[in-house]
Amino acid sequence: MLELVDLSHTYGSYRAIDRVNLKVAQGEVVCIVGPSGCGKSTLLRSIAGLIKPTGGTVLLDGKPVDGSPENLAVVFQDYSRSLYPWMSALANVGLPLRRRGLDKKRRDAAALAALEQVGLAGAAAKFPWEMSGGMQQRVSIARALAYQPKLLLMDEPFGSVDAQTREELEDLTLRVCAHHGMTILLITHDVDESVYVGDRVVVLSKAPGTVVGDLPVQLPGPRDQIHTRELDAFVRLRAEVGRLVRGMTPQRNPHGYGLETR
Amino acid sequence: MPKVNGASLLRGLIGTAGLLVVLEAAGRLGAWDTERLPLVSTVLLRAGELLTDPEFLVSARSSLTTWALALLVTIAIAVPAGLLLGMVKPAELAVRPLIEFLRPIPSVALIPLVILLYSETTHMRITVAVYAALWPVLINTIYGVRDVDPLAKETLRSFGFGPGSVAYRVVLPGAAPFIATGIRLAASVAIVLVVTSELIAGGIEGIGVYITIAASGNRLDLMIGATILVGLFGILVNALLVAGENRLFRWHRARAGAAT
Repeated sequence: MLELVDLSHTYGSYRAIDRVNLKVAQGEVVCIVGPSGCGKSTLLRSIAGLIKPTGGTVLLDGKPVDGSPENLAVVFQDYSRSLYPWMSALANVGLPLRRRGLDKKRRDAAALAALEQVGLAGAAAKFPWEMSGGMQQRVSIARALAYQPKLLLMDEPFGSVDAQTREELEDLTLRVCAHHGMTILLITHDVDESVYVGDRVVVLSKAPGTVVGDLPVQLPGPRDQIHTRELDAFVRLRAEVGRLVRGMTPQRNPHGYGLETR
Repeated sequence: MPKVNGASLLRGLIGTAGLLVVLEAAGRLGAWDTERLPLVSTVLLRAGELLTDPEFLVSARSSLTTWALALLVTIAIAVPAGLLLGMVKPAELAVRPLIEFLRPIPSVALIPLVILLYSETTHMRITVAVYAALWPVLINTIYGVRDVDPLAKETLRSFGFGPGSVAYRVVLPGAAPFIATGIRLAASVAIVLVVTSELIAGGIEGIGVYITIAASGNRLDLMIGATILVGLFGILVNALLVAGENRLFRWHRARAGAAT
Protein backbone atom coordinates (compact mmCIF):
# COMPACT_ATOMS: atom_id res chain seq x y z
CA MET A 1 0.00 0.00 0.00
CA LEU A 2 2.98 2.27 0.63
CA GLU A 3 5.87 2.45 -1.75
CA LEU A 4 8.94 4.65 -1.60
CA VAL A 5 10.86 4.97 -4.84
CA ASP A 6 14.36 6.45 -4.70
CA LEU A 7 13.20 8.84 -1.98
CA SER A 8 15.87 11.45 -1.28
CA HIS A 9 15.98 14.70 0.60
CA THR A 10 18.66 17.32 1.05
CA TYR A 11 18.65 20.35 3.32
CA GLY A 12 20.88 22.78 1.49
CA SER A 13 24.03 20.74 0.98
CA TYR A 14 23.20 18.21 3.72
CA ARG A 15 21.90 14.90 2.38
CA ALA A 16 19.52 13.51 4.96
CA ILE A 17 18.23 10.49 3.04
CA ASP A 18 19.50 9.04 -0.19
CA ARG A 19 17.41 6.89 -2.55
CA VAL A 20 15.37 5.01 -0.02
CA ASN A 21 13.33 2.21 -1.57
CA LEU A 22 10.71 0.46 0.48
CA LYS A 23 7.45 -1.39 -0.06
CA VAL A 24 4.99 -1.88 2.77
CA ALA A 25 2.05 -4.25 2.38
CA GLN A 26 -1.42 -3.69 3.78
CA GLY A 27 -1.62 -4.61 7.47
CA GLU A 28 2.13 -4.87 7.97
CA VAL A 29 3.94 -3.44 10.98
CA VAL A 30 7.28 -2.16 9.73
CA CYS A 31 9.87 -0.74 12.10
CA ILE A 32 12.51 1.57 10.75
CA VAL A 33 15.59 1.64 12.90
CA GLY A 34 18.87 3.42 12.48
CA PRO A 35 21.60 5.37 14.26
CA SER A 36 20.78 8.92 15.30
CA GLY A 37 20.98 11.31 12.40
CA CYS A 38 20.05 8.73 9.79
CA GLY A 39 17.20 10.83 8.47
CA LYS A 40 14.44 8.80 10.11
CA SER A 41 12.33 11.84 10.85
CA THR A 42 12.95 13.26 7.38
CA LEU A 43 11.66 10.01 5.94
CA LEU A 44 8.53 10.14 8.06
CA ARG A 45 7.89 13.81 7.28
CA SER A 46 8.19 13.10 3.57
CA ILE A 47 5.63 10.31 3.77
CA ALA A 48 3.26 12.47 5.83
CA GLY A 49 3.53 15.25 3.25
CA LEU A 50 4.94 17.67 5.83
CA ILE A 51 8.00 18.30 3.68
CA LYS A 52 8.38 17.93 -0.04
CA PRO A 53 11.23 15.51 -0.72
CA THR A 54 13.85 16.84 -3.12
CA GLY A 55 13.96 13.56 -5.03
CA GLY A 56 11.98 10.38 -5.60
CA THR A 57 8.34 9.62 -4.97
CA VAL A 58 6.06 8.38 -2.25
CA LEU A 59 3.22 6.23 -3.53
CA LEU A 60 0.23 5.54 -1.34
CA ASP A 61 -2.13 2.94 -2.81
CA GLY A 62 -0.31 3.49 -6.09
CA LYS A 63 -0.93 7.23 -6.15
CA PRO A 64 1.86 9.79 -5.63
CA VAL A 65 1.58 11.75 -2.39
CA ASP A 66 1.15 15.49 -2.79
CA GLY A 67 0.50 17.40 0.42
CA SER A 68 -0.81 15.54 3.46
CA PRO A 69 -2.56 12.38 2.32
CA GLU A 70 -5.99 11.33 3.49
CA ASN A 71 -6.16 8.20 5.62
CA LEU A 72 -2.88 8.84 7.33
CA ALA A 73 -2.19 9.73 10.94
CA VAL A 74 1.03 10.50 12.78
CA VAL A 75 1.93 9.89 16.42
CA PHE A 76 4.89 12.04 17.39
CA GLN A 77 7.40 11.43 20.14
CA ASP A 78 6.72 14.72 21.85
CA TYR A 79 3.16 14.24 23.05
CA SER A 80 3.26 17.36 25.21
CA ARG A 81 3.83 19.50 22.13
CA SER A 82 1.59 17.53 19.85
CA LEU A 83 -1.51 17.63 22.04
CA TYR A 84 -3.43 20.89 22.44
CA PRO A 85 -3.29 22.05 26.07
CA TRP A 86 -6.41 24.22 25.74
CA MET A 87 -8.52 21.18 24.87
CA SER A 88 -9.69 18.24 26.97
CA ALA A 89 -8.51 14.77 26.01
CA LEU A 90 -11.88 14.17 24.35
CA ALA A 91 -11.66 17.34 22.27
CA ASN A 92 -8.07 16.55 21.30
CA VAL A 93 -9.04 13.12 20.06
CA GLY A 94 -12.15 14.43 18.31
CA LEU A 95 -10.48 17.33 16.51
CA PRO A 96 -9.10 15.48 13.44
CA LEU A 97 -12.54 13.92 12.94
CA ARG A 98 -13.71 17.28 11.61
CA ARG A 99 -11.90 16.20 8.47
CA ARG A 100 -14.25 13.26 8.30
CA GLY A 101 -17.26 15.56 8.21
CA LEU A 102 -18.79 14.16 11.40
CA ASP A 103 -21.08 16.29 13.56
CA LYS A 104 -20.16 17.01 17.18
CA LYS A 105 -22.19 14.16 18.63
CA ARG A 106 -20.60 11.54 16.41
CA ARG A 107 -17.15 13.03 16.87
CA ASP A 108 -17.50 12.81 20.64
CA ALA A 109 -18.81 9.25 20.45
CA ALA A 110 -15.91 8.15 18.25
CA ALA A 111 -13.38 9.96 20.44
CA LEU A 112 -14.76 8.36 23.57
CA ALA A 113 -14.62 4.92 21.96
CA ALA A 114 -10.96 5.49 21.03
CA LEU A 115 -10.13 6.67 24.56
CA GLU A 116 -11.78 3.54 25.89
CA GLN A 117 -9.53 1.41 23.70
CA VAL A 118 -6.44 2.96 25.22
CA GLY A 119 -7.89 2.64 28.72
CA LEU A 120 -8.61 6.32 29.28
CA ALA A 121 -12.40 6.46 29.16
CA GLY A 122 -12.41 7.93 32.67
CA ALA A 123 -10.02 10.73 31.76
CA ALA A 124 -11.93 12.14 28.77
CA ALA A 125 -12.58 15.47 30.50
CA LYS A 126 -9.01 15.91 31.69
CA PHE A 127 -6.58 18.29 30.08
CA PRO A 128 -3.21 17.05 28.80
CA TRP A 129 -1.29 18.96 31.46
CA GLU A 130 -3.29 17.19 34.15
CA MET A 131 -2.00 13.82 32.89
CA SER A 132 1.20 11.82 33.17
CA GLY A 133 3.44 11.42 30.12
CA GLY A 134 2.22 7.89 29.48
CA MET A 135 -1.41 9.00 29.64
CA GLN A 136 -0.72 11.86 27.24
CA GLN A 137 0.86 9.51 24.72
CA ARG A 138 -2.16 7.23 25.08
CA VAL A 139 -4.32 10.22 24.14
CA SER A 140 -2.12 10.78 21.07
CA ILE A 141 -2.54 7.14 20.10
CA ALA A 142 -6.30 7.38 20.67
CA ARG A 143 -6.38 10.45 18.44
CA ALA A 144 -4.74 8.49 15.65
CA LEU A 145 -7.03 5.48 16.20
CA ALA A 146 -10.22 7.53 16.18
CA TYR A 147 -9.24 8.93 12.81
CA GLN A 148 -9.10 5.35 11.50
CA PRO A 149 -6.21 5.86 9.11
CA LYS A 150 -5.11 3.12 6.77
CA LEU A 151 -1.52 4.05 7.47
CA LEU A 152 -0.26 5.01 10.90
CA LEU A 153 3.13 6.68 11.15
CA MET A 154 4.83 6.70 14.55
CA ASP A 155 7.92 8.81 15.13
CA GLU A 156 9.77 7.48 18.20
CA PRO A 157 6.37 7.20 19.88
CA PHE A 158 7.66 5.68 23.12
CA GLY A 159 10.91 7.61 23.36
CA SER A 160 9.80 10.00 26.09
CA VAL A 161 8.17 7.66 28.58
CA ASP A 162 9.63 5.48 31.31
CA ALA A 163 10.56 1.86 30.59
CA GLN A 164 7.48 0.29 32.09
CA THR A 165 5.08 2.65 30.35
CA ARG A 166 6.99 2.00 27.18
CA GLU A 167 6.30 -1.73 27.36
CA GLU A 168 2.63 -1.09 28.07
CA LEU A 169 2.34 1.28 25.12
CA GLU A 170 4.13 -1.15 22.78
CA ASP A 171 1.65 -3.87 23.63
CA LEU A 172 -1.26 -1.48 23.45
CA THR A 173 -0.22 -0.35 19.99
CA LEU A 174 0.18 -3.90 18.71
CA ARG A 175 -3.18 -4.93 20.14
CA VAL A 176 -5.34 -2.07 18.90
CA CYS A 177 -3.69 -1.83 15.52
CA ALA A 178 -4.11 -5.54 14.86
CA HIS A 179 -7.75 -5.06 15.81
CA HIS A 180 -8.16 -2.27 13.23
CA GLY A 181 -6.05 -3.96 10.57
CA MET A 182 -3.92 -0.86 10.32
CA THR A 183 -0.62 -0.62 8.50
CA ILE A 184 2.05 0.83 10.75
CA LEU A 185 5.39 2.41 10.03
CA LEU A 186 7.18 2.90 13.34
CA ILE A 187 10.40 4.81 13.54
CA THR A 188 12.71 4.14 16.46
CA HIS A 189 16.35 4.17 17.44
CA ASP A 190 15.76 1.30 19.82
CA VAL A 191 16.89 -2.01 18.31
CA ASP A 192 15.04 -4.07 20.92
CA GLU A 193 11.81 -2.27 20.29
CA SER A 194 12.04 -2.60 16.52
CA VAL A 195 12.33 -6.37 16.77
CA TYR A 196 9.63 -6.69 19.41
CA VAL A 197 7.04 -4.58 17.65
CA GLY A 198 7.76 -5.17 13.97
CA ASP A 199 6.69 -7.76 11.43
CA ARG A 200 9.69 -6.45 9.56
CA VAL A 201 12.69 -4.37 10.55
CA VAL A 202 14.20 -1.99 8.05
CA VAL A 203 17.64 -0.67 8.96
CA LEU A 204 18.82 2.72 7.75
CA SER A 205 22.49 3.68 7.52
CA LYS A 206 24.04 6.85 8.93
CA ALA A 207 23.25 10.02 6.98
CA PRO A 208 22.69 10.11 4.11
CA GLY A 209 20.26 7.43 5.22
CA THR A 210 19.65 4.54 2.92
CA VAL A 211 18.26 1.04 3.44
CA VAL A 212 21.03 -1.34 4.52
CA GLY A 213 18.91 -4.15 5.84
CA ASP A 214 15.36 -5.44 5.55
CA LEU A 215 14.71 -8.33 7.88
CA PRO A 216 11.48 -10.24 8.38
CA VAL A 217 10.63 -10.90 12.01
CA GLN A 218 9.18 -14.33 12.47
CA LEU A 219 8.33 -14.55 16.11
CA PRO A 220 5.31 -16.37 17.44
CA GLY A 221 2.37 -14.18 18.38
CA PRO A 222 0.87 -12.80 20.41
CA ARG A 223 4.07 -11.21 21.60
CA ASP A 224 4.83 -10.99 25.24
CA GLN A 225 7.29 -8.66 26.90
CA ILE A 226 8.96 -11.44 28.89
CA HIS A 227 8.64 -14.58 26.78
CA THR A 228 9.21 -13.02 23.38
CA ARG A 229 12.29 -11.21 24.52
CA GLU A 230 13.92 -14.38 25.89
CA LEU A 231 13.43 -16.41 22.70
CA ASP A 232 16.65 -17.42 20.94
CA ALA A 233 15.22 -16.09 17.71
CA PHE A 234 14.57 -12.69 19.31
CA VAL A 235 18.06 -12.48 20.75
CA ARG A 236 19.70 -13.45 17.44
CA LEU A 237 17.62 -11.04 15.41
CA ARG A 238 18.29 -8.26 17.86
CA ALA A 239 22.03 -8.86 17.51
CA GLU A 240 21.72 -8.91 13.75
CA VAL A 241 19.83 -5.60 13.66
CA GLY A 242 22.24 -4.15 16.19
CA ARG A 243 25.19 -5.00 13.97
CA LEU A 244 23.53 -3.44 10.96
CA VAL A 245 22.72 -0.27 12.91
CA ARG A 246 26.36 0.00 13.94
CA GLY A 247 27.42 -0.42 10.34
CA MET A 248 29.06 -3.86 10.78
CA THR A 249 28.83 -6.56 8.16
CA PRO A 250 25.93 -8.85 8.92
CA GLN A 251 26.76 -12.40 10.04
CA ARG A 252 24.07 -14.36 8.30
CA ASN A 253 22.50 -17.07 10.34
CA PRO A 254 22.37 -20.16 8.11
CA HIS A 255 19.08 -21.19 9.69
CA GLY A 256 17.31 -17.96 8.86
CA TYR A 257 15.76 -15.66 11.36
CA GLY A 258 13.61 -16.61 14.23
CA LEU A 259 12.25 -19.89 12.92
CA GLU A 260 12.59 -21.69 16.23
CA THR A 261 9.97 -21.44 18.87
CA ARG A 262 10.39 -22.21 22.50
CA MET B 1 -0.15 37.17 35.00
CA PRO B 2 0.43 38.61 38.47
CA LYS B 3 -1.14 36.53 41.14
CA VAL B 4 -3.06 38.38 43.82
CA ASN B 5 -3.60 36.58 47.08
CA GLY B 6 -5.33 37.65 50.27
CA ALA B 7 -2.15 38.52 52.17
CA SER B 8 -0.61 40.71 49.48
CA LEU B 9 -3.94 42.47 48.90
CA LEU B 10 -4.26 43.18 52.62
CA ARG B 11 -0.74 44.64 52.81
CA GLY B 12 -1.43 46.84 49.79
CA LEU B 13 -4.57 48.16 51.43
CA ILE B 14 -2.74 48.81 54.71
CA GLY B 15 0.00 50.71 52.86
CA THR B 16 -2.48 52.86 50.95
CA ALA B 17 -4.59 53.57 54.01
CA GLY B 18 -1.46 54.43 56.02
CA LEU B 19 -0.32 56.98 53.43
CA LEU B 20 -3.77 58.56 53.31
CA VAL B 21 -3.86 58.85 57.11
CA VAL B 22 -0.41 60.47 57.19
CA LEU B 23 -1.41 62.98 54.48
CA GLU B 24 -4.67 63.77 56.25
CA ALA B 25 -2.85 64.37 59.54
CA ALA B 26 -0.19 66.53 57.87
CA GLY B 27 -2.87 68.66 56.23
CA ARG B 28 -4.78 69.09 59.46
CA LEU B 29 -1.58 70.02 61.32
CA GLY B 30 -1.07 72.85 58.85
CA ALA B 31 1.62 71.42 56.58
CA TRP B 32 0.02 73.29 53.68
CA ASP B 33 -2.78 75.73 53.01
CA THR B 34 -5.85 73.51 52.90
CA GLU B 35 -7.82 76.32 51.26
CA ARG B 36 -5.64 75.82 48.19
CA LEU B 37 -4.87 72.10 48.36
CA PRO B 38 -7.76 70.27 50.05
CA LEU B 39 -7.47 67.57 52.70
CA VAL B 40 -7.48 63.91 51.76
CA SER B 41 -10.86 63.42 53.43
CA THR B 42 -12.36 66.30 51.41
CA VAL B 43 -11.06 64.88 48.15
CA LEU B 44 -12.33 61.38 48.90
CA LEU B 45 -15.70 62.80 49.87
CA ARG B 46 -15.86 64.74 46.57
CA ALA B 47 -14.88 61.64 44.62
CA GLY B 48 -17.77 59.79 46.22
CA GLU B 49 -20.19 62.63 45.49
CA LEU B 50 -19.06 62.77 41.85
CA LEU B 51 -20.42 59.27 41.31
CA THR B 52 -23.94 60.66 41.65
CA ASP B 53 -23.27 64.06 40.06
CA PRO B 54 -25.19 64.20 36.72
CA GLU B 55 -22.73 66.64 35.14
CA PHE B 56 -19.77 64.39 35.96
CA LEU B 57 -21.62 61.25 34.89
CA VAL B 58 -22.31 62.70 31.42
CA SER B 59 -18.57 63.30 31.06
CA ALA B 60 -17.69 59.90 32.48
CA ARG B 61 -20.05 58.14 30.09
CA SER B 62 -18.52 60.02 27.17
CA SER B 63 -14.98 59.05 28.18
CA LEU B 64 -16.02 55.47 28.79
CA THR B 65 -17.61 55.21 25.35
CA THR B 66 -14.54 56.69 23.67
CA TRP B 67 -12.31 54.28 25.60
CA ALA B 68 -14.40 51.22 24.74
CA LEU B 69 -14.55 52.13 21.06
CA ALA B 70 -10.82 52.81 20.98
CA LEU B 71 -10.12 49.41 22.52
CA LEU B 72 -12.41 47.66 20.05
CA VAL B 73 -10.82 49.41 17.07
CA THR B 74 -7.37 48.54 18.48
CA ILE B 75 -8.26 44.86 18.76
CA ALA B 76 -9.89 44.80 15.32
CA ILE B 77 -6.73 46.20 13.72
CA ALA B 78 -3.89 44.81 15.83
CA VAL B 79 -4.97 41.18 16.29
CA PRO B 80 -5.46 40.32 12.58
CA ALA B 81 -2.36 42.33 11.67
CA GLY B 82 -0.34 40.57 14.37
CA LEU B 83 -1.56 37.14 13.26
CA LEU B 84 -0.59 37.91 9.69
CA LEU B 85 2.82 39.33 10.58
CA GLY B 86 3.50 36.48 13.00
CA MET B 87 2.70 33.80 10.43
CA VAL B 88 4.21 35.38 7.32
CA LYS B 89 7.86 36.02 8.07
CA PRO B 90 8.61 38.09 4.92
CA ALA B 91 5.70 40.43 5.73
CA GLU B 92 7.01 40.88 9.27
CA LEU B 93 10.52 41.64 7.98
CA ALA B 94 9.10 44.19 5.54
CA VAL B 95 7.04 45.99 8.18
CA ARG B 96 9.41 45.70 11.15
CA PRO B 97 11.44 48.90 10.48
CA LEU B 98 8.22 50.87 10.08
CA ILE B 99 6.91 49.52 13.40
CA GLU B 100 10.19 50.33 15.16
CA PHE B 101 10.01 53.86 13.76
CA LEU B 102 6.35 54.56 14.58
CA ARG B 103 6.17 52.87 17.96
CA PRO B 104 8.33 55.32 19.98
CA ILE B 105 6.49 58.40 18.65
CA PRO B 106 4.40 59.63 21.58
CA SER B 107 0.75 59.59 20.71
CA VAL B 108 0.34 62.94 22.49
CA ALA B 109 2.67 64.55 19.95
CA LEU B 110 0.21 63.61 17.24
CA ILE B 111 -2.73 65.39 18.88
CA PRO B 112 -2.25 68.75 17.06
CA LEU B 113 -2.07 66.93 13.74
CA VAL B 114 -5.09 64.78 14.50
CA ILE B 115 -7.11 67.82 15.57
CA LEU B 116 -6.55 69.29 12.11
CA LEU B 117 -7.57 66.04 10.43
CA TYR B 118 -10.81 65.41 12.32
CA SER B 119 -13.71 67.75 12.85
CA GLU B 120 -15.42 65.29 15.17
CA THR B 121 -13.85 65.18 18.65
CA THR B 122 -14.75 61.54 19.41
CA HIS B 123 -13.04 60.34 16.25
CA MET B 124 -10.01 62.44 17.08
CA ARG B 125 -9.79 60.98 20.60
CA ILE B 126 -10.26 57.42 19.38
CA THR B 127 -7.50 57.89 16.81
CA VAL B 128 -5.05 59.16 19.42
CA ALA B 129 -5.88 56.33 21.83
CA VAL B 130 -5.72 53.66 19.14
CA TYR B 131 -2.33 54.88 17.98
CA ALA B 132 -0.90 54.31 21.44
CA ALA B 133 -2.84 51.16 22.33
CA LEU B 134 -2.08 49.40 19.05
CA TRP B 135 1.54 48.52 19.81
CA PRO B 136 1.23 46.29 22.86
CA VAL B 137 -1.49 44.24 21.15
CA LEU B 138 0.37 44.04 17.86
CA ILE B 139 3.74 43.10 19.37
CA ASN B 140 2.23 40.59 21.80
CA THR B 141 0.21 38.97 19.03
CA ILE B 142 3.30 38.62 16.82
CA TYR B 143 5.28 37.03 19.65
CA GLY B 144 2.35 34.86 20.66
CA VAL B 145 2.02 33.51 17.13
CA ARG B 146 5.75 32.82 16.96
CA ASP B 147 5.59 31.02 20.28
CA VAL B 148 3.10 28.47 18.93
CA ASP B 149 4.86 25.14 18.73
CA PRO B 150 5.71 24.08 15.16
CA LEU B 151 4.91 20.50 16.11
CA ALA B 152 1.41 21.54 17.17
CA LYS B 153 0.88 22.96 13.69
CA GLU B 154 2.47 19.96 11.97
CA THR B 155 0.23 17.60 13.89
CA LEU B 156 -2.88 19.22 12.46
CA ARG B 157 -1.34 19.44 9.01
CA SER B 158 -0.52 15.73 9.12
CA PHE B 159 -4.24 15.06 9.55
CA GLY B 160 -4.79 16.93 6.30
CA PHE B 161 -5.93 20.31 7.65
CA GLY B 162 -5.15 23.33 5.45
CA PRO B 163 -3.34 26.53 6.46
CA GLY B 164 -6.61 28.34 7.28
CA SER B 165 -7.73 25.61 9.69
CA VAL B 166 -4.29 25.47 11.28
CA ALA B 167 -4.37 29.25 11.84
CA TYR B 168 -7.84 29.13 13.35
CA ARG B 169 -7.54 25.96 15.40
CA VAL B 170 -3.92 26.05 16.57
CA VAL B 171 -2.27 29.42 16.03
CA LEU B 172 -5.10 31.60 17.33
CA PRO B 173 -5.81 29.61 20.51
CA GLY B 174 -2.10 29.08 21.11
CA ALA B 175 -1.38 32.80 20.85
CA ALA B 176 -4.51 33.82 22.80
CA PRO B 177 -2.82 34.21 26.22
CA PHE B 178 -0.28 36.61 24.72
CA ILE B 179 -2.98 38.52 22.86
CA ALA B 180 -4.98 38.84 26.09
CA THR B 181 -1.95 40.29 27.89
CA GLY B 182 -1.52 42.79 25.05
CA ILE B 183 -5.17 43.80 25.30
CA ARG B 184 -4.85 44.29 29.06
CA LEU B 185 -1.87 46.62 28.57
CA ALA B 186 -3.72 48.40 25.76
CA ALA B 187 -6.75 48.96 28.01
CA SER B 188 -4.61 50.94 30.49
CA VAL B 189 -2.83 52.87 27.76
CA ALA B 190 -6.15 53.78 26.14
CA ILE B 191 -7.49 55.23 29.41
CA VAL B 192 -4.45 57.48 29.67
CA LEU B 193 -4.70 58.66 26.08
CA VAL B 194 -8.45 59.29 26.12
CA VAL B 195 -8.16 61.54 29.16
CA THR B 196 -5.02 63.19 27.80
CA SER B 197 -6.66 64.04 24.48
CA GLU B 198 -9.64 65.46 26.35
CA LEU B 199 -7.32 67.59 28.47
CA ILE B 200 -5.28 68.89 25.56
CA ALA B 201 -7.82 69.23 22.80
CA GLY B 202 -10.81 70.12 24.91
CA GLY B 203 -14.38 69.55 23.78
CA ILE B 204 -17.82 69.51 25.35
CA GLU B 205 -17.83 66.23 27.29
CA GLY B 206 -15.26 63.91 28.83
CA ILE B 207 -13.51 63.52 32.14
CA GLY B 208 -10.52 65.49 30.85
CA VAL B 209 -12.84 68.34 29.91
CA TYR B 210 -14.48 68.12 33.34
CA ILE B 211 -11.08 68.39 35.01
CA THR B 212 -10.15 71.40 32.87
CA ILE B 213 -13.38 73.19 33.80
CA ALA B 214 -12.86 72.38 37.49
CA ALA B 215 -9.34 73.82 37.21
CA SER B 216 -10.59 77.07 35.70
CA GLY B 217 -12.95 77.36 38.67
CA ASN B 218 -10.02 76.70 41.01
CA ARG B 219 -11.77 73.59 42.36
CA LEU B 220 -8.82 71.39 43.23
CA ASP B 221 -11.07 69.08 45.25
CA LEU B 222 -13.10 68.23 42.15
CA MET B 223 -10.00 67.95 39.95
CA ILE B 224 -8.28 65.50 42.25
CA GLY B 225 -11.52 63.65 43.00
CA ALA B 226 -12.16 63.07 39.27
CA THR B 227 -8.53 62.01 38.77
CA ILE B 228 -8.82 59.46 41.57
CA LEU B 229 -11.92 57.99 39.95
CA VAL B 230 -10.04 57.57 36.66
CA GLY B 231 -7.27 55.77 38.54
CA LEU B 232 -9.74 53.50 40.31
CA PHE B 233 -11.37 52.67 36.98
CA GLY B 234 -7.97 51.66 35.65
CA ILE B 235 -7.37 49.34 38.59
CA LEU B 236 -10.82 47.82 38.20
CA VAL B 237 -10.38 47.13 34.48
CA ASN B 238 -6.97 45.62 35.06
CA ALA B 239 -8.21 43.37 37.85
CA LEU B 240 -11.15 42.15 35.76
CA LEU B 241 -8.92 41.36 32.81
CA VAL B 242 -6.37 39.54 34.98
CA ALA B 243 -9.17 37.48 36.50
CA GLY B 244 -10.47 36.68 33.02
CA GLU B 245 -7.01 35.61 31.84
CA ASN B 246 -6.46 33.39 34.87
CA ARG B 247 -9.77 31.70 34.22
CA LEU B 248 -9.52 31.30 30.46
CA PHE B 249 -5.85 30.43 30.19
CA ARG B 250 -5.38 28.03 33.05
CA TRP B 251 -3.69 25.68 30.57
CA HIS B 252 -1.10 28.31 29.73
CA ARG B 253 -0.20 28.95 33.35
CA ALA B 254 -0.09 25.23 34.06
CA ARG B 255 2.32 24.74 31.18
CA ALA B 256 4.46 27.78 31.96
CA GLY B 257 4.60 26.55 35.55
CA ALA B 258 5.65 23.06 34.49
CA ALA B 259 8.42 24.46 32.30
CA THR B 260 10.13 26.43 35.04
